[in-house]
Amino acid sequence: MYRILKQAFRTGVVTEAPPRLDDAELEAVGVELRRRIEARFNRSLAIRQVDAGSCNGCELEIHALNNPYHDVERFGVHFVASPRHADALLVTGPVSRHMQTALRRTWRATPAPKLVIAAGTCACDGGEFGVTYASCGAVENVIPVDVKIPGCPPTPLELLRGLLAAIGD
Amino acid sequence: MSRFDWLSEYLARLEDEHVIVRAGEARSLAPAHRLVLDAEDWGRAGGVAAALGCRWAGVWGDPRGEAVVVRACLEYQGDYLVLETGVPLSHPILASHTPRYPGADRLERHLQDLLGIAFLDHPDSRRWTRHQAWPEGDYPLRPDFPVAGRTPGRAPADTDYPFVRVQGSGVYEIPVGPVHAGIIEPGHFRFQAAGEDVLRLEERLGYVHKGIEKLAVGRDPAALARLAGRVSGDSTVAHAWAACQAMERATECAVPARALHLRALFAERERIANHLGDIGAICNDVGFAFALVQCGRLRERWQRRSRELFGHRLLMDAVVPGGVARDLPREAIAPLRADHADLRREVAPLFEIIDDHPSLDDRLLGTGILAPADARALGCTGYLGRASGLGFDVRRDNPYPPYDRLVPEVPVQGEGDVAARVRVRMAEVRASLALLDRLLEGLPGGDIAAPLPAPAAGATGLGLVEGWRGEILTFVRFGEGGRIERFFPRDPSWFAWPALERLIHGNIVPDFPVCNKSVNGSYSGVDL
Ligand code: SF4
Repeated sequence: MYRILKQAFRTGVVTEAPPRLDDAELEAVGVELRRRIEARFNRSLAIRQVDAGSCNGCELEIHALNNPYHDVERFGVHFVASPRHADALLVTGPVSRHMQTALRRTWRATPAPKLVIAAGTCACDGGEFGVTYASCGAVENVIPVDVKIPGCPPTPLELLRGLLAAIGD
Repeated sequence: MSRFDWLSEYLARLEDEHVIVRAGEARSLAPAHRLVLDAEDWGRAGGVAAALGCRWAGVWGDPRGEAVVVRACLEYQGDYLVLETGVPLSHPILASHTPRYPGADRLERHLQDLLGIAFLDHPDSRRWTRHQAWPEGDYPLRPDFPVAGRTPGRAPADTDYPFVRVQGSGVYEIPVGPVHAGIIEPGHFRFQAAGEDVLRLEERLGYVHKGIEKLAVGRDPAALARLAGRVSGDSTVAHAWAACQAMERATECAVPARALHLRALFAERERIANHLGDIGAICNDVGFAFALVQCGRLRERWQRRSRELFGHRLLMDAVVPGGVARDLPREAIAPLRADHADLRREVAPLFEIIDDHPSLDDRLLGTGILAPADARALGCTGYLGRASGLGFDVRRDNPYPPYDRLVPEVPVQGEGDVAARVRVRMAEVRASLALLDRLLEGLPGGDIAAPLPAPAAGATGLGLVEGWRGEILTFVRFGEGGRIERFFPRDPSWFAWPALERLIHGNIVPDFPVCNKSVNGSYSGVDL
């Protein structure tokens, strides 16, 4: 325990390091996001992430949203385990045809009103994979999409900006 | 047996079995040796290799007109050997290697689903990569199959896959996926359990099959490198390197030394980033969030530096045919060195805590044991194999530059449990840090890329790279006009997934997440 405390103490609070440009923008976007989430989603935006055929690069950056640098929970963004608990679906990848039905079912299981956010170039327009015998391409070819976040993969900051755009003013 | 002595031993044993072997043109798949066989000897040749103790490293088909050339790769103490045979498309039947090499199971079924090769004596006749997106009897990798497919309707769910059932009083089944509870790739797991104990786990993958092998056909080298970098996003450097290496070997491209050093720099950065992420996540899965937070912080800083110096947090598209896309400016060397020193200082106390913390020991020691015999039978490489006593590492055992001069330290453990996999990963972080420093020290000057010579039609090449998960093997064949006609990337996950099915046996259901995370197979890397 002593070693853990020592390490925690030595590390300090990483978000309080002198902000670089990135961090300043992150804070600004995050604070605005929290304001809107408080007003419109009763303080908590629940997101169900669905990988519909990604190369897993997008997942790594979505994970990074939860690391101590970004820590999106502080802005009111929560990733939840079930689509039934979700306000929004965050879908990555071109939709593989093998995931087509699973994605539609997940979308139907999400209570309305629901937001669908396509994260990553693949989800936006099919990306490197496009439409093939095995891939449906963009998410909007399978379910309706509200907002697109391009990038291969989008950085955590780009993801946050996209979330902000998704929930509107 | 010294280098390639085993090959004469293998040939002698084949002769005893009355297998006729023609030595193939030696250079076309270098560094691998190439032996051409008759189709009817295929099974026996595999059997003799198994008896000799060769590791089976993959099989792939390559349609050429009315026939399919099938190649299987074997490895023995760092030497590679490719067996090659041909079967007519009208009658594509081969003996299976699976009875002697259990790791061959899914790759052979993949080949069956995509090219229509039927494997005799295969113990499992079920389809694998094919769900319902294209009709049975249609084979997407055959030249007459259009890349857009023939059945535009909605693909139904794969509901009728015949899972093996375990029956008995008190035995119940837990189906999980394809949409899992976390931020993770899709796949389906079927547990048969009694009480808390897992009696059997069966995986059903193929959900993210995007047709990568078909999509590669007709691409130019640069476009292939981009695609290869997206076979598995967490291994973007390693897969792109393997594809470029295959193309460079096929065209005899002399890649500048500086470019090779930078590739290794990227590959080691990728290894460290992934291990940091996973070590944190494994600890978090048993409730030790402290490690997740600490590792997450270090990983984020690492990725930010990658972006700052090389333009991308995951280093996508940093490796291009003939070299690399971004140079390392001279003034970046000092801060990079400081970074390495920083990380080394930071992980020292952290890894010490993880290595020796009672609540972690409680959950990780003795959990998810992959027996060394199973690891060997399945052909596991990387941290998975190394935690079960298999020390193989392409960088050391069949070195490609710059690893011919910078031999990495390869940590090995024997216990095969989750704790051993964590220890191996921690040691790999340290070893990669040491390598990174030496890479910077010996960084040659000069160009960062050479133009890829025009590929001859029919030129083939094999890429062999140690990705962070283990050995990646990539085959490339050029067609007319410098276009790719066949691309097959074999991720180490092909052998990690069956290992997970074995190592979970006898563990409790709640330990599945941590076992799974410690193995961390790529879905995208095998669904292709
Ligand atoms: S957008 Fe890029 S990182 Fe995301 S799934 Fe597609 S290829 Fe992978």
